[in-house]
Amino acid sequence: MNKRKAVIPGEVIKEDENSLPGEWTEKKGNKIIALRYGLAEEVGRLIKVIPLSGPYQPRKGNIVIGQVELITFNGWIIDIRTFENAFLPLSEIPRYINKESMEDILDIGDTVIAKVRNVGKRGVELSLKSRGLGRVEEGIIFKINSNKVPRVIGKEGSMINLIKKNTECDIIVGQNGFIWVKGDSIEKELLAKKAIMFVAEKSHITGLTEEIIKWFEKEENEK
Amino acid sequence: METSRLTSQRIREYLREGKRFDERALDEFREISIETGISKNAEGSCRVKFGKTEVIVGVKMDVATPYPDSPNKGNLIVNAELLPLSSPRFETGPPKFPAIELGRVIDRVIRESKFIELEKLCIKEGEKVWSVFVDIYSINDDGNLLDAAALGAVIALKNARIPKWDEKEEKVSYGELTKKKLPVKKEIPLSITFYKIGEKFVVDPTKEEEDSADLRITLGSYKGSISSIQKGGEKSLSVNEFYALLDSYKEIWERLFKKIEKFLK
Amino acid sequence: MKSKSFERIDKRKFDEIRPMKAKVGVVPNADGSALFQFGETVAIAAVYGPKKMHPQHLQNPEKGTLRCNYSMMSFSVAERIRPGPTRRSTEISKIIQWALEPVLLIEKYSNTVIDVHINILQANASTRCAAINAAAMALAHAGIPMKDIVSSVSIGKLDKQLVVDINKYEEDWEDGEGATDIPMSFTGSGEITHIQLDGKISIEELKEAIELGRKAVKKIYEVQKKALKEVINCENGNEQTN
Repeated sequence: MNKRKAVIPGEVIKEDENSLPGEWTEKKGNKIIALRYGLAEEVGRLIKVIPLSGPYQPRKGNIVIGQVELITFNGWIIDIRTFENAFLPLSEIPRYINKESMEDILDIGDTVIAKVRNVGKRGVELSLKSRGLGRVEEGIIFKINSNKVPRVIGKEGSMINLIKKNTECDIIVGQNGFIWVKGDSIEKELLAKKAIMFVAEKSHITGLTEEIIKWFEKEENEK
Repeated sequence: METSRLTSQRIREYLREGKRFDERALDEFREISIETGISKNAEGSCRVKFGKTEVIVGVKMDVATPYPDSPNKGNLIVNAELLPLSSPRFETGPPKFPAIELGRVIDRVIRESKFIELEKLCIKEGEKVWSVFVDIYSINDDGNLLDAAALGAVIALKNARIPKWDEKEEKVSYGELTKKKLPVKKEIPLSITFYKIGEKFVVDPTKEEEDSADLRITLGSYKGSISSIQKGGEKSLSVNEFYALLDSYKEIWERLFKKIEKFLK
Repeated sequence: MKSKSFERIDKRKFDEIRPMKAKVGVVPNADGSALFQFGETVAIAAVYGPKKMHPQHLQNPEKGTLRCNYSMMSFSVAERIRPGPTRRSTEISKIIQWALEPVLLIEKYSNTVIDVHINILQANASTRCAAINAAAMALAHAGIPMKDIVSSVSIGKLDKQLVVDINKYEEDWEDGEGATDIPMSFTGSGEITHIQLDGKISIEELKEAIELGRKAVKKIYEVQKKALKEVINCENGNEQTN
């Protein structure tokens, strides 16, 4: 059982010599102090703050969804709604490309699902070299707070699989908060969007899985 | 970020079936809420919300010389600011075209309907008249700032009181509002903007819908007559399409009026 | 300090702050937002970022940049203000930035900017203090790493009497020594991040004024804290066990 409580920056979460400062906290004397607004969590001796808002922090291996902002001579600049440049180099496209017609592969304004290959000093490098990556041709795109992504996905994908099952939609949740949904009808896509928004809004409720099951039942009855 | 092309495509497809993402009818406004008297130093003020879209409008008055072509009428000055606070798309700096246009369109909705009885705002013909400043600020832009701002301007004016004019000192004593209301007509002008998305027309678009639109046409009207029009956007519309809008206008107007009637008392 | 029976126009005690109101999430489009109100002075703040700084020559490779933009709505005061920046609003914007920067932990957001837009909806003095309080809440709400939050209050000296949170009537005080206005801001742990003064005051009185300010911001801090926690608790149903 981990206790969680709302904290604001600078707040003393706990005074205890034995406590250890985890993510977004610091230890001053015997005080553990929050360095961000969110939920403080105590696991054993370790105390950390789980942020509920704030910018997306790209990590190697993340799946992200973005929009093509610019085509350069050797790749594409993709807006993935982070504070760093994200670049998709030509060499990370898994097929032959004619440099004269790069816009045939990805044009400005296109939506693309990509993987973070590397996060370095010069920004984020993206890749399309994996299954399921590339330009999105159909469906809807929307954005949620990227801090809520883990709850939308759920433990080992349990939450998102539940939503997929109930809506019969293909869904990809980008770690940057963009979500792509495609189903065989727009109604189903919108139902999936509504369900995801519901989870994102209630993301720290306990027993969220039961809540969403009830929610689907209610939606079904209202039809 | 602009709405993605994919989403716009879906919005169009769904509209072809006569449906919108938020389950509204094509000619249905979002939930409207209005709060008056939100800024006490203003002679009149209000907050108007259409769903998540929010604007704040304030009215200030001052005494000035009249325009030479209307020596016995008060002056009306409408100004709109698209605050950078209200959307990541708005930047600081001098007003850009959308803000300028917004102010001008609302100016015409108010002026051309003759909603304010400007001739009653004359203190001394040719020398002193009241100037009425209507200042519009966006607080959150989720589409259709135009109609929200027009409604806000009307409500703020309707609630405005004239400050005291100190004749001896020849200045306005602010803070001493008289009981006298700003002279406005009983009937109100309203603005309704139609947005063409694909082959369909909708009213009161969300930002996603607004981004997907090809053109818009704003109709300001008063007591059943059209008093101002602004067509915006790069595409054209057919005469028959426009006639169809005009034919549907009255019913939409009445439904919108019903939604806001309770705030007018 | 003079007698504590000093009478204020609004019947407040000398160390009493006007009724406060605070709320976060008032601008849904923003990454973080807040409203803060001292009586009839109302400020709203919205945060966008961190995001890439444009144009490039303004980028700082060492750390993120905080950019504040304070502005009063034209009808927020008795005599209409023409829209657009003024010398006053430009200075106050910078003062707000300096008041908040000491608590931000934005070293790793190099080449980025965090924009804080603050608009005064209604003014009855102490607008910069309300602006700082709203901005600090909005930054926290936006999830910007911070080691503390900032709370701000204006202390006034009316003739010889020190008062907390001055209003317009008091700001215009002319009797005796007239009005001295001392807006000041503190971190939650008590460091000064901003102080200004207009008027005339002895060193001893100034120290007294600062002590009054220190006490007053503790109450402001509690209001800010409560508003920030309220939204989490409301979303998540009070103290959670998981």
